[in-house]
Amino acid sequence: MDPVVFIQQHLIDPEVCIRCNTCEETCPVDAITHDDRNYVVDPAICNGCQACVSPCPTGSIDHWHPVPKAAAYSIEAQFGWDELPPKQALPALAQPLADAGAAPADDAPPQANAALSPTSARPPWSAAHPYLNLHTLKKPVQATVAGNFRLTAADAEGDIHHLVLDFGTQFFPLLEGQAIGIAPPGLDAGGKPHYLRMYSVASPRSGERDGYNNVALTIKRVTSDHDGQPVRGVASNYLCDLRKGDTVQVCGPFGDRFLMPNHDGSNLLMICTGTGAAPMRAMTEHRRRLMVAGKPVNARLMLFFGARRPEELPYFGPLTKLPASFIDTSLAFSRVPGQPRRYVQDLLRERAADVVELLRGDTCLYLCGLKGMETGVLEALADVCAAAGLDWPLLHRRLVDEGRFHVETY
Amino acid sequence: MSSIDYTDKIPNNVNLSEDRTLQRALEHWQPNYLNWWQDMGPDGSHGFDVYLRTATSTTPDGWAQFGHVKMPDYRWGIFLAQPEADRRIGFGDHRGEAAWQDVPGEHRANLRRIIVTQGDTEPASVEQQRHLGKTAPSQYDLRNLFQVNVEEGRHLWAMVYLLHKHFGRDGREEAEALLERRSGDQDNPRILGAFNEETPDWLAFYMFTYFTDRDGKFQLCALAESAFDPLSRTTRFMLTEEAHHMFVGESGVSRVIQRTCEVMKQTGLEDPAELRRHGVIDLPTIQRYLNFHYSVTIDLFGADQSSNAAIFYSSGLKGRYEEGKRADDHVLKGAHYKILDVRDGVLVEKEVPMLNALNEVLRDDYIRDSSAGVNRWNKVIEKAGLAFRLSVPHKAFNRHIGSFAGLRISPDGRVIGEIEWQANVPQWLASEEDRAYVASLMGRVVEPGKYANWIAPPPIGINKQPVDFEYVRFN
Repeated sequence: MDPVVFIQQHLIDPEVCIRCNTCEETCPVDAITHDDRNYVVDPAICNGCQACVSPCPTGSIDHWHPVPKAAAYSIEAQFGWDELPPKQALPALAQPLADAGAAPADDAPPQANAALSPTSARPPWSAAHPYLNLHTLKKPVQATVAGNFRLTAADAEGDIHHLVLDFGTQFFPLLEGQAIGIAPPGLDAGGKPHYLRMYSVASPRSGERDGYNNVALTIKRVTSDHDGQPVRGVASNYLCDLRKGDTVQVCGPFGDRFLMPNHDGSNLLMICTGTGAAPMRAMTEHRRRLMVAGKPVNARLMLFFGARRPEELPYFGPLTKLPASFIDTSLAFSRVPGQPRRYVQDLLRERAADVVELLRGDTCLYLCGLKGMETGVLEALADVCAAAGLDWPLLHRRLVDEGRFHVETY
Repeated sequence: MSSIDYTDKIPNNVNLSEDRTLQRALEHWQPNYLNWWQDMGPDGSHGFDVYLRTATSTTPDGWAQFGHVKMPDYRWGIFLAQPEADRRIGFGDHRGEAAWQDVPGEHRANLRRIIVTQGDTEPASVEQQRHLGKTAPSQYDLRNLFQVNVEEGRHLWAMVYLLHKHFGRDGREEAEALLERRSGDQDNPRILGAFNEETPDWLAFYMFTYFTDRDGKFQLCALAESAFDPLSRTTRFMLTEEAHHMFVGESGVSRVIQRTCEVMKQTGLEDPAELRRHGVIDLPTIQRYLNFHYSVTIDLFGADQSSNAAIFYSSGLKGRYEEGKRADDHVLKGAHYKILDVRDGVLVEKEVPMLNALNEVLRDDYIRDSSAGVNRWNKVIEKAGLAFRLSVPHKAFNRHIGSFAGLRISPDGRVIGEIEWQANVPQWLASEEDRAYVASLMGRVVEPGKYANWIAPPPIGINKQPVDFEYVRFN
């Protein structure tokens, strides 16, 4: 059974909606549109931020249906509706997990739309309170580029950049795990403004440079699409080519779930590939600064990090300099000549004893990277738990319910 | 600045404390406003704790905060939507120029007139509805009425702010006059006709909030395009509040229809007289209420040809609905529009310059929008398996403004004589008898979770509260 195929699709009830346009006006990422009949949400754009929920005068906006990702209702299908379709019955395993995330009638907020597998609908209990949606597409802030560095080796195939943006005196507080939105300037081929791209922040709450009002992003230049066909990513190329002193329009902050715990003894189990390292870097750096400041959070950090080759691993250098007593790092490389391909799930299996020990304790798990990794990682977690006599489905569900299991893939 | 300053006497997000003169002027107006609310606000309600929505900021997470408050303590204030950086004028002769932060001298009189006309409707509707609280069909509906009332009051504040800030002494005098006119008063009535009609019962209230507040939506949308940026920002935030008012109307009528359909199905009855014996409002009566409110409301858009409308548009004061989504040149100098005319006793189309027909353009946009909601009401009837269908009458029916004023035209659009009109008008417009019957149903229901017999409970409560929540504490 494939555990990673469900999303909570955000839908509007056409029987209750009065077509007042408030949601479309409110949506910070322009995910909502309408025709003569219905107001609908584009599942490819909605990030589940819920900015539209409280302004809706009718309550029709607050519907979240678990559906297979591949069979999400298109906006064309939604235009034709007179009423919401019945909620679909899900396979036995996915049902309780997906429902645990949905439960909008209870106090739990619905799950974000972006993740493909069951993921917590709330942050861990000791997370800091995030600011949200301070700046929308219609009213972005202007940030200044303070630095733009290539992270990967000159001969590496992947071109990953470390971009530092400065907000000056503008109010833009961010937490590790939150994201910001950037719309590239200009118009697309259809003459419309480019849509908003979301980037996880790679720097901790106190700034990329401690005490400064700036933020770091990890950006990979997109030169081919998912099928390997050459394509020039509009936003990533725009960002990778920025020079110091250039200005960028930024929206956000976004995200109130993928946040780190702050209480004493809260362990972090971090699994990522490529630019999925950004939130892990932010969390690790926050904990590192606390340690240096003499206020350590007495907890374990464990990181599984995958890339094609060491030359393509962002932050490879600084990462290897962190003491093993602070963070337990395992690196997987899938394309080193002369060596077998190794993926993060292989390392999870190799380190099974330590992973299980961590999962038994007060630990939050974070998974970020290409969505292809999800299935393998979840299988590996299920396997190592089963081998150790730990009931993974039960534990997984508990982690999801308690805000301790966070997935962000793309 | 998006957060609202509640430490000031007058909550605002416009840095009011930095403009001492304006602050003093508005603080002088504030007690007069509160006196008006005491006299003309909802009758007998001043001691109730009402579960109301109050804005704490104009961003999505802040403008819908819920809690129980006494209405005279409601924090009426001045909230403008976020400014748009480098906003440009989107239409008319000044298209592409920077939006105005101050009133250009040559447009002063026209802008003042637009703002006063809009502002006058806000207290007027509170006055029209002030007795309805005595006959509310449920706590839920009573709360919705009060929410509409306090927000209409806030919309008055929005307009008065503009008058005080941008129109000097004239503006201050107009602001006082807004508190002096009275809906339905012989000597000093409200400016627009529909706002001097009574709102005698709850079906009329739902019809009013559905049809007449929707006129408000379209006027506000047109003003949100204005070159005068403070007016645009004010109306944009008002629109978010206005949405709730139309919700009250659309869902209210829908619930009346639903209840009638339930009884029709249970009893198998269709005859209005028999259904009335079961204490519900028969569908033909609902149709007659609809015909009345629809025709009175479309009069509010003004004469079908208007040189004022052309001037307002070309000078950038008032745009069209969704101006930004239209693909034309946004100047309209050579454009034409088809309007209706009467020739030799029949209605015919004639082409006129579009600039002069902008009232008609807005009216037609409104007609499309409001008809869509009527179709959604029909879905309720259809779901119950009944054959009856509601419809909006012809746009020339029962008009008192524009080229159809004084003519007799049937709901299906035929020009008819006075005799035919008189013979049929009881089937077309709510009669005294209809109104008396609906009035006879109006009894007060105050227990949480209880609903009057003639209306179905809502499918969902306010702010996700249950439908039997204590929305109003009577103390």
